[in-house]
Amino acid sequence: MGTLSKVIYIDSAGREYAVDATVGDTVMATAVKHGVPGIVAECGGNCSCATCHVWVSAEFAPVVGPPNDMEEDLLDMGVSERRSTSRLSCQIRVTEALDGLTVEIPPEQP
Amino acid sequence: MSKGTLIVGGSQAGLQVAVSLRQLGDTSPIVLVGEEEHPPYQRPPLSKEFLAGEAELDSLAFRTPDFYAESGIDLVCGERVCEVSRSPSGPPGSGVATTTSGRELPFDRLALTVGAGARRLPVPGADLGGICYLRAYNDAADLRTRLATATNVVVVGGGFIGLEVASAARALGRSVTVVEAAERLMARSVGPVVSEFYRQAHARRGVDVRLSSAVSGFRGERGRVTGVELSDGTSLPADLVLIGVGVLPRTELPEQLGLVCDQGIVVDAHARTSDPSIVAAGDCTVQPHPITGEGRVRIESVQNAVAQAKVAAATLLGRLGNVISVPWFWSYQGDLRLQIAGLATGHDSQVVRGDPDDEQFSVLYYRDDRLLAIDAVNRPADYMAVRKALGQRATIPPDLAGDPALPLKSLVNAAGTVNGIGEPLVRDKRFWSNGHTIAT
Repeated sequence: MGTLSKVIYIDSAGREYAVDATVGDTVMATAVKHGVPGIVAECGGNCSCATCHVWVSAEFAPVVGPPNDMEEDLLDMGVSERRSTSRLSCQIRVTEALDGLTVEIPPEQP
Repeated sequence: MSKGTLIVGGSQAGLQVAVSLRQLGDTSPIVLVGEEEHPPYQRPPLSKEFLAGEAELDSLAFRTPDFYAESGIDLVCGERVCEVSRSPSGPPGSGVATTTSGRELPFDRLALTVGAGARRLPVPGADLGGICYLRAYNDAADLRTRLATATNVVVVGGGFIGLEVASAARALGRSVTVVEAAERLMARSVGPVVSEFYRQAHARRGVDVRLSSAVSGFRGERGRVTGVELSDGTSLPADLVLIGVGVLPRTELPEQLGLVCDQGIVVDAHARTSDPSIVAAGDCTVQPHPITGEGRVRIESVQNAVAQAKVAAATLLGRLGNVISVPWFWSYQGDLRLQIAGLATGHDSQVVRGDPDDEQFSVLYYRDDRLLAIDAVNRPADYMAVRKALGQRATIPPDLAGDPALPLKSLVNAAGTVNGIGEPLVRDKRFWSNGHTIAT
């Protein structure tokens, strides 16, 4: 196992799931492996399904950065409530700088 | 006491049946048996990121080891179910399964997610060393080791697997030849325009693509492959051969159970086999077309494994819904990202959007001017728009779709119908958190 970094997922009912993520894994893979509900990720992180949509908390949004081009297209078409902090969690890699990263899970994935 | 559900086959569909049963509130025992020694893992990256050294077995695992215990899913790895007997006196569908190690697994409900195996090429020399298939993790690990030192790689079969491996081998600097028996690449999956684009694009990247070429045999020295013989007399040097000529659904167990099989386990739209108390899901099944409900199709994809497994779990709990799920597929061959939504079978016209020479274009397929499917190359927005339109039973006017300046999403016409059925669709959130549209 590599270095660990905390990721906190908040579902649409306000429940918190705090998970020890391995640095280098994606925020999507971390959620799926630990059974955090609401992040579906059917395509396994290939930016093909838009079912791992999250809203990044405001304090971490600048660190996480904006979506890439391919992700932008999927977010634009694929998700139910696009916000300025919307990202596909398969495109966010856990780093030490993201320790404590908090993301909200939308009530529905497409 | 309930003996719960036995799920035979521990991959994408099998795991999803287990997870969905729990999500639907089932608290009875669940046993998930997998033939491989590895807990369930993602297969698609085996021919992509794994060969490139960007993924390992740990990163491919679907769940942490703790997940299974915490969810009450009894995971049995490295054992194959070789026999199932029914209990005439027990509840309908109940019985006992026996694994190769002699373990007995009693069940009240049975789900078959046994998958498919790589189709073998029955030609002389096919058992020489250095001739590989790619289906499971162990295959991929072996292939990756061999790729590290190979010089001349011959890929037999120009489908997704073959072309993905060809891309990975080229990226490692190997000399690569693809031998395809049909007259075009990926003939079962994409239209001719896309096939021709991929032939040229792979050729530009240094792959020698040979169409309409059948393999007559392999030659070797001291038990190792040294060349591939084609039926036109050509001989290709090879120290590594990857055969990717499709899969055969595993029907041994279902046939033993007397279930109707026709190039796969025949299931209905509710994932029920010919014995309605037994469900099946994933690559091992043939089912009615998931959008039109007609005919019988076998869909080998992650999306189908997941969608069908969700349906199968609901069916086991006696909850039958009418599900429409749009099939989708992807194949990433190096920097060529192919995304497909819908099934183009039976199309009578097509619209090409963008210029294939730019390596960014889409082809939309129609029947009677109704949208059926899209093949999108490096155009994810087109793919998503069509996927969404098909899920809403909407269409995109073919006369406008060809203008790449008009975003497809602005053209989706939700007033359309499929087969004259135009009732509104309602998302049923009682059963489904996501992913599938359900007509209620």
